[in-house]
Amino acid sequence: MFPFTFTKAADESSALAAGRSGARYIAGGTTLVDLMRVTVERPGAVVDVNALPYRNVDLDDRTLRIGSLVRMADLAADDRVRRQFPVISQALELSASAQLRNMASIGGNLMQRPRCLYFRDVTANCNRRTPGAGCAATAGLNRNHAILGTSDQCVATHPSDLAVALAALDAVVVTRDSNGDRRIPVADFFRQPGTTPDQEHDLRPGELIVAVEVPTGPGTSRSGYLKVRDRQSYEFAVTSAAVALDVAGGTVRAAKVAVGGVATVPWRLPAVEQALVGRPVSPGLWRDAASRAADGAKPLSDNGFKVELVKRVVERQLATVAGLP
Amino acid sequence: MAPEINRRTFVGASITLGGAAAAASALSGCGTDDAPPAGQQTTTVSLRVNGKDEAVDVDARTSLLDMLRERVGLTGTKKGCDQGACGACTVLLDGKRVNSCLTLAVMHDGADVQTIEGVAQNGRLHPLQQAFVDCDAFQCGYCTSGQIMSGLGCIDEGHTGSDAEIREWMSGNICRCGAYTNIVAAVATAAKNT
Repeated sequence: MFPFTFTKAADESSALAAGRSGARYIAGGTTLVDLMRVTVERPGAVVDVNALPYRNVDLDDRTLRIGSLVRMADLAADDRVRRQFPVISQALELSASAQLRNMASIGGNLMQRPRCLYFRDVTANCNRRTPGAGCAATAGLNRNHAILGTSDQCVATHPSDLAVALAALDAVVVTRDSNGDRRIPVADFFRQPGTTPDQEHDLRPGELIVAVEVPTGPGTSRSGYLKVRDRQSYEFAVTSAAVALDVAGGTVRAAKVAVGGVATVPWRLPAVEQALVGRPVSPGLWRDAASRAADGAKPLSDNGFKVELVKRVVERQLATVAGLP
Repeated sequence: MAPEINRRTFVGASITLGGAAAAASALSGCGTDDAPPAGQQTTTVSLRVNGKDEAVDVDARTSLLDMLRERVGLTGTKKGCDQGACGACTVLLDGKRVNSCLTLAVMHDGADVQTIEGVAQNGRLHPLQQAFVDCDAFQCGYCTSGQIMSGLGCIDEGHTGSDAEIREWMSGNICRCGAYTNIVAAVATAAKNT
């Protein structure tokens, strides 16, 4: 690990001042400490933001507001979230381990770096780590990599399960810096690699995530997260699906569907949603809609199976969520 | 009587020699956290470990795990992967189980830490420790302190309703000997007895 200066921000203004001067924010540390140890991350300064007042989960008629420093375990266990937003609780509890969920913050979860092994290996070529260096995964071991949203520069998947659930639910990331607050839809927060894979998100230098807001709605309680992986627990997704359905009178009134493990960013599936809305519920409907889940996919040498898998995962989760009481 | 050289003293001396060899190579920034280089910040962290107040000078890079092992001398907490993938370093931090390898010691001024050394009370094993013995819940034992600390968290959180639930909520602790069946039995037994 390279040397750095460490400070603890007593309040928001000192945190933002440190961020403005280039310090990296640390909350749970589960990504940053890990990547600093393998020298992928080499910040000159780190500022601990855990004393900031972003610890509340508030729910009113219109919005679930999640403070960015709320821990994954605490949000998952919140009764209101379990009842009204089960897809969020499930995505969280299917992530990482109990220990990591006690440590990791919601803001930090969104700021996770890629889990691509070539990204972690400082001796391998990686455009995300070193723009222009090349991508070892494209011609390397890429079974775990993305089939959607890729570019010739980068094919790493986005690792967060929570972000997939938030993308499905039209969540908004609330940020703050010395210029004030911004509200960034999750759909715009994460950037596909394109020609600038090192730019993973929409945050400006020194900007701090304050909260995540999720709109309430008739479909959020009939929701769930399915995660398919190489072992049953404590593993990243090979493919996952977040689904929320508003069903009334045997007809789908609204559908929100996003997938993980297959794309460079949390991946919403508008074509699948459009194929569902206004249609009568039936097993055939789930299959027809899910057939659009891999639209635009570009499989790599080792991950072609994901093209079929993502359709099956979406179909199964549509049927599961539709069958909920 | 000749002074006894115990295993830790021997291992410690070997690490010091290895560190000296590493320092001669071009590995600056990649060595152990033991010796802060010139210019690196050190901070005094005051915290309570197993009920005892400690004040420890640490390099900002020192993980909570390395501080416990190398500075406080509590080597019961193990370093397995050092990247949050195995759970061997699990301790209770302010009552919650965490991976001590993935957090910096300087972040925990004022914290309350419990390690495996603080689990037995007055020379009596904790019921979970006794259950690990009774259920034969380990072979090599390297993961055991992490398993027990995680098991304490699992029981405290109330995730022991079934063997399946214990398996899921203990999945952050890897056992390469494969003693999982008996680990689940030990946690279930202790959950009933505590």
